[in-house]
Amino acid sequence: MTPSVHRGALRLASGGAILPDNRPRDRGLALKVDHLSHRYGDLSVLDGIDLAIEPGSVAVLVGPSGCGKSTLLNIIGGLLKPSDGSVSYSGEIAPDCINPFTYVFQDFALLPWRSVGGNVSLVLEDSTLSARERSQRIDEVLALTGLKEFKDAYPGQLSGGMRQRVGISRALSVRPACLLMDEPLSALDAQSRLLLLEEFAQIIDRARTTTVYVTHNLNEAVRLGHQIVVLSRRPGRVKEIIRIDRPITERRATDADMVEIEAHVWDLIRNEAAIADKELGHAGDA
Amino acid sequence: MRATPETIVPFRAKGFAPRSNPVMGAASIAALVGLWQLGSSLGWISPVFLPAPHEVAGAIYRMAVSGELWRHLSVSLWRIVLGWTLGTVVGVAAGFAMGLFTLARSPMQAFVGILFPVPKIALVPLFIIWFGIDEGSKIATIAIGVFFPTVISTAAGVEAVQKNLIRLGQSFNLSRWSIITKIILPGALPSILAGFRITLSVSILLLVAAEMIGAQEGLGAYIIRAGDLFQTDSLIGGVVILAALGLLFVGLLGLAERRLLRWR
Repeated sequence: MTPSVHRGALRLASGGAILPDNRPRDRGLALKVDHLSHRYGDLSVLDGIDLAIEPGSVAVLVGPSGCGKSTLLNIIGGLLKPSDGSVSYSGEIAPDCINPFTYVFQDFALLPWRSVGGNVSLVLEDSTLSARERSQRIDEVLALTGLKEFKDAYPGQLSGGMRQRVGISRALSVRPACLLMDEPLSALDAQSRLLLLEEFAQIIDRARTTTVYVTHNLNEAVRLGHQIVVLSRRPGRVKEIIRIDRPITERRATDADMVEIEAHVWDLIRNEAAIADKELGHAGDA
Repeated sequence: MRATPETIVPFRAKGFAPRSNPVMGAASIAALVGLWQLGSSLGWISPVFLPAPHEVAGAIYRMAVSGELWRHLSVSLWRIVLGWTLGTVVGVAAGFAMGLFTLARSPMQAFVGILFPVPKIALVPLFIIWFGIDEGSKIATIAIGVFFPTVISTAAGVEAVQKNLIRLGQSFNLSRWSIITKIILPGALPSILAGFRITLSVSILLLVAAEMIGAQEGLGAYIIRAGDLFQTDSLIGGVVILAALGLLFVGLLGLAERRLLRWR
């Protein structure tokens, strides 16, 4: 299975058909989170979040467990109504975009009864695309992610890394204006995670789609983020926003400045993470 | 404890992994019939209580050549097909409504909770008053008997569909219809088909019960008449045909499952 990973990456590096060169580089939307708060009953999980995300940039949300990262992502994606505040977007949505706000899920969310091609097809079937156009898009994204030979395979026959690659293919097939990635690598083993992280870096850099990326992994955060939004423990508030200007493809996790940023982010959340862990433990006991 | 010079680590994970063996299954039935035949031939079993297997086979043969078998079987099959289909279609629709819509959920739960435990055989006389002594009451008995397990297995199947898959559909702006037909229906299908396994047996049970009251034709009527006349070979012949019918249904369902649930 591993060689296909590299083939996919090489195809991508040499220029996939999904993003022809005549397309504007930054096709994403600008996002604005305005004084957003959220409560589940009496439990306040987000408190007064203000955030601006530039078109085509990657905002990584990090913070202790239970700080409301995924809640914030779901509010941005329109899957959850905020208790207070709002999320707005501006910019042009390309005519070929089928689903502007598109998720990549932690647990892949693949239909086990559909093949790889069928899972990608699912999200295109309600669109106005003709059967030929649909099939073309499916082939394009599967070529991009190195899954062309697995088009007829079922998810149950694939490794975790390959399944998430199907999730990515599905997300790219709708040509999103904003990618919402909810811990997309956390269900994978360490090696698949590293391989896929490099692929994400290339896909995100090439697509230039506005991306909101939730993770616990600080290494992923510094590798992918243009801005790292550090949230405090519950109720989540913006503690600090760290900007990284270096292009994503020119970063190495071992670079001294990247290591320094990662250490700084960890300093910001270490104590809170320990407290949050105990709080969640008590909540579990209750 | 000291192990000298060296001891092989014993394998301890034995058992708790039963396997199916179709040959053993068939052999058990053959052995039982063989014992039955032996008991009859040696005079240990009275032919009045239990006729020998070859006598039962003879009764089935006579029934087949006289055309009686097809006459009773065709009537019974028609009742089952109609009653089962009606109960299944309405039951699947109601199960989906119960699993999907708040407005349908609680009333349906109350309705099913009260009526499911009622033995449907007890309702046969009532159905005769409501739907007449002819086909209506028989088909209604089977349909009602099939309806409740179908509602329960369908609603359970709908509820068991992983919520993240529904959320996937919503996040990609799929229409409600697409979510129901492309995500929920295939996701609930294993449970719905498991329900069919139960309802096909229930339909045979209720067919016989319904045909025992006021029916001239059908396997149930044939069996009850044979009993009245002490023709135990014909009686057991009828039961064997019902068992074969059950086996046929299970076989057909197995085929459908293999085709529809290929991905498993």
